[in-house]
Amino acid sequence: MNRRIDVSLTVNGEKVSRSVDTRTHLIDFLRSELGLTGAHTACEHGVCGACTVRVDGDAVRGCLVMAASLDGAVVETIEGLSDTGEIRDLQAAFVARNASQCGYCTPGMLVSAADILKHAPNASRDDIREHISGNYCRCTGYQAIVDAIDDVLKARRESEAA
Amino acid sequence: MKWPAMGYARVDSLDGLWRALDAAGPEAQILAGGQSLLATLSFRLSEPSGLIDITRIASLKGIGVTEAALRIGALTRHADLARDPLVARHAPLLAQAAPLIAHPAIRNRGTIGGSLALADPAAELPACVVALGATIVLASRSGERRVAASDFFKGLFTTDLEPGEIVVAVEVPVATAASRQTIVEVTRRSGDYAMAGLAAVLSIQADGGVADCRLVFFGVGSGAEIAQAASAALIGQQLSDASIAAAKAALADDLDPPSDLHGGPELKRHLAGVLLARALRPFLARSEQAA
Ligand SMILES: Cc1cc2nc3c(=O)[nH]c(=O)nc-3n(C[C@H](O)[C@H](O)[C@H](O)COP(=O)(O)OP(=O)(O)OC[C@H]3O[C@@H](n4cnc5c(N)ncnc54)[C@H](O)[C@@H]3O)c2cc1C
Ligand code: FES
Ligand code: FES
Repeated sequence: MNRRIDVSLTVNGEKVSRSVDTRTHLIDFLRSELGLTGAHTACEHGVCGACTVRVDGDAVRGCLVMAASLDGAVVETIEGLSDTGEIRDLQAAFVARNASQCGYCTPGMLVSAADILKHAPNASRDDIREHISGNYCRCTGYQAIVDAIDDVLKARRESEAA
Repeated sequence: MKWPAMGYARVDSLDGLWRALDAAGPEAQILAGGQSLLATLSFRLSEPSGLIDITRIASLKGIGVTEAALRIGALTRHADLARDPLVARHAPLLAQAAPLIAHPAIRNRGTIGGSLALADPAAELPACVVALGATIVLASRSGERRVAASDFFKGLFTTDLEPGEIVVAVEVPVATAASRQTIVEVTRRSGDYAMAGLAAVLSIQADGGVADCRLVFFGVGSGAEIAQAASAALIGQQLSDASIAAAKAALADDLDPPSDLHGGPELKRHLAGVLLARALRPFLARSEQAA
């Protein structure tokens, strides 16, 4: 079986083709091959959420996805989400609420939070806590993060209603 | 830790899979969602010579319903179980179970076939399919084979799967008007594997009589544990506080929980009793619930 494999995928809207070592997970691929260092690795076994990125529209653990398996996939990272402006209000709310301190968890946290904005516009504070329960933050104590997400949900609902 | 060096092959049909398995030899493993397998590689708990990615095999995907059964393809993700309207209607237990598994990003990749093949003793889906009386459909190069879920699980991380055989689908008898399905569990943190859990499927007649009952515990033994005595204590009875108490007492004969990192057998027995009442009380007639 091959230990290197050719993959062509779309990352943040751009087509990329590479030969990848099969033991490379998506985050190492993004960081080392493509220089996209927004997504972080921490535990590398699926528990902390620092590596959360989107594959084919869904939030996933980048450390539990083989780069080799992504031929034809569409990947979005925090860099891409920032460029498109999709979560500009969320990022502003994280700043306003001091929801990012050391920042290690923040890119993954934002991708998870973007999922709530997309799929659960009426999420309660409890729903928000449940949804980000797989994203560890060692600094903020979570309260400010929940506040920030809650602020954005409310603001988006209001502008929707207006 | 980084993964060990290993080979990788992608197949897009079952025939392609049989060929790849032959070429790769016995040390190769099948990769579905990777949410357990790739994590064990990070711990270097396993070092397969290579992984054969089955996620592009179209015949393992999709959910469909016939008159008697809901057929769920092995590659159905936990996230799909949670939102599929056919699952919600015909096997509500699975729709309720899916959000209890891990976290959203893991549910977006983990598959039902992977969860059943792994047979983690604390996993939700093995207990659910046993409680539902489902059939596991297996395939190998010599054809298909169907196994009752209760015969499929053989113990700790052990199933009836033969080398070269895979799970292709699960078939669940569709829920009837009399059927009541629920899953409850206790975890230390949201998304963790359960310290103890219970998948319950009952058939309750209009007069409140229990026609059928399957109580299946997880996290309290070596796998999906059918509580025979507790289930028997309810069948043929009216569902009531008294019959629930009798079922709880009967649990002593059903469970023999080992100690694990959460605690000893006594803790698990206690939790099992609490869960039994928590699962069944909502099915009591309204008058009794208020009491
Ligand atoms: C942080 C974390 C928390 C988790 N919490 C829970 C939890 O609370 N409850 C829970 O149930 N699970 C939990 N999981 C595991 C998750 O549900 C997995 O998705 C699931 O157990 C395995 O499914 P998979 O598709 O990812 O399988 P893989 O990881 O790809 O495979 C698992 C095993 O099954 C084999 N396999 C896969 N598909 C098939 C098939 N169709 N036929 C034959 N063999 C096959 C593989 O060869 C491998 O040995 C958790 C995982 C993580 C990382
Ligand atoms: S680095 Fe992926 S979950 Fe921790
Ligand atoms: S801000 Fe430091 S880990 Fe979250």
